[in-house]
Amino acid sequence: MRRSTRGWQSVRGVKPIWRLLRAEPFAAVGALIYAVIIVVAVLADRLAPYQPHAILKIGKRVARYAPISAANLLGTTSSGRDVLSQLIYGTRAALAVGVTAAVVVVAIGTLLGLLSGYLGGWTDRGVTWFADVVLGLPFLPTMLVLAALTHPGTDIVIFTVAALLWPNTARVIRAQVLSLRERAWVEAARVTGCSTARIMFVHVLPQVLPLAALYGSVAIGWAILAEASASFLGFGDPDTISWGVMLQEAYANQALSRGAWNWFAPPGAAIMAMVLAGFLVSRGSEKLLFPKLADQ
Amino acid sequence: MARHALGRLLHLVLVLWVVASLTFVMFRLMPGDPTLNFLSPTFSEETRAALLKSFGLDKSLWQQYIIYMGNLLRGELGMSFLQGRSVVAILLDALPNTLLLTVVSLTIAYAFGVVAGAFLAFRRGSVVEAAAIPAALATRAAPEFWLGMLVLAGLAFQAGWFPTGGALSPGREIDNFADRVISGDFWWHLALPALTLTLYLQGLPLLLMRATMLEVLNDEFIVMARMKGLSRWAIVMRHAARNALLPVVTAFALGLGASVGGNVVVETVFAWPGIGRVLVQAVQSADYPLAQGAFLLIAFVLVTMNTVADLVYAALDPRVAVGARR
Repeated sequence: MRRSTRGWQSVRGVKPIWRLLRAEPFAAVGALIYAVIIVVAVLADRLAPYQPHAILKIGKRVARYAPISAANLLGTTSSGRDVLSQLIYGTRAALAVGVTAAVVVVAIGTLLGLLSGYLGGWTDRGVTWFADVVLGLPFLPTMLVLAALTHPGTDIVIFTVAALLWPNTARVIRAQVLSLRERAWVEAARVTGCSTARIMFVHVLPQVLPLAALYGSVAIGWAILAEASASFLGFGDPDTISWGVMLQEAYANQALSRGAWNWFAPPGAAIMAMVLAGFLVSRGSEKLLFPKLADQ
Repeated sequence: MARHALGRLLHLVLVLWVVASLTFVMFRLMPGDPTLNFLSPTFSEETRAALLKSFGLDKSLWQQYIIYMGNLLRGELGMSFLQGRSVVAILLDALPNTLLLTVVSLTIAYAFGVVAGAFLAFRRGSVVEAAAIPAALATRAAPEFWLGMLVLAGLAFQAGWFPTGGALSPGREIDNFADRVISGDFWWHLALPALTLTLYLQGLPLLLMRATMLEVLNDEFIVMARMKGLSRWAIVMRHAARNALLPVVTAFALGLGASVGGNVVVETVFAWPGIGRVLVQAVQSADYPLAQGAFLLIAFVLVTMNTVADLVYAALDPRVAVGARR
């Protein structure tokens, strides 16, 4: 534990987190967006004015396509459901898909990058070749075909993200490991009789974890975009309330021709904000992790 | 250089083979009887028997694989269930539409991105730069189909300036692609999907150009140019931009490959009759031969463009090929 803490300090210097955030407004804004989304997801039942599936009525008639009003701050859908409540509950699906997929894809990418960078030789060639093949599979079409051949749902989205997007992380981690393994402390560990596995996982791995986390924040975004696209094309999980499912419903129920901006604009904006947060966090912390880049 | 190119081409063939094999596995490992997935119940008894034979669906998986590869090499992809036409004919109809949409959007997006990116590097630290970078990031963060929905709702439904979908106005039929391309109606329909794709694509070349420009501006030959007393604009445009273009050109080639498959959602939003829409419709209606054909085509374009990008990079920057030989 102490060793990993030292690893962090060696790359980012010893400054309190709030000072870092103030120095990096990009990262601060990204972190703020994440914080808001997490709070909304946790408190969704209390914040949402209605049950997201509840069909609202005006008198005896179902309140279809209601415009923005005090009762429905973002209006209602074609089936009389409250848009704002769906938007609020959508944060849960977004976080679940985003974080799960990001953790899996970064774990695979980091492991393969570490193995190929540290061991080199045939392992390296094998992983690089494998990555080349994976990069030859088109992302959305593969997800569509897999979902069509098995079943629509979030698990297919997460699987596709994990299976196809790890090369990005692996390549960066590999490059970093290539430089780390030439350092004196690795040599020192080797001389004192550490096993290869111990050097890799106990000494080198903690050094690349910040970089892996950086790629994780971007991967959250890709996963949410993937889920939204899958839902839009009809291969999402129809039972969950996600921003992608909301957009698909709006598109399929004439929201565009009716000019129901209150219905289809907010879910897309929410997706954009969350993906952007990942970009901002990674851009901001890149400067913290690699100060040399920031000088330019 | 020649050796590097030969190596890459060999690699390309290998990757294509693996991708084709993975596709085979993917489409045969699905639940249910794979024979049923490739033979529509609506086909006549003779057609069924003929297809059964030509795809070897009555044989073992290994024999099927060999027949599949043989068919693939001869460009034989089977018959679509729903349209009753050969998969190759359907794909050849759709491919020009996708390529046109992609090339038009990519060209505009990269022309804009390169100039804007160079300008931002030139005006480093200005208010314009501070506003433009988050804006460029935001367009990359927005779901592509949602951008399409906003454009469609605003410019087609609300303003009424553009058609709401398709490639030609209802009632018009132009079978010949060349005649279509010269008709104004076709371009009028192309405008909105192309605008959406351009909006989505311009962020990458812009950010890439800016970043490499800043990197190049630190190089020694720039310091040299400055010492010679050249103006800042001349340095940026004539000396730095040329060298900074390298990664952008590579990204263009990669973008071309990725867009053919990535257009799936934009083509669906605007009902644009391209490969992506063919794939979506085939997948939604369980038309497996057509889905497999469209998937293979998209994957092959992607893999080929990856290799082209690599070769272009090596041709423009000889250091890459030398590094590969070492």
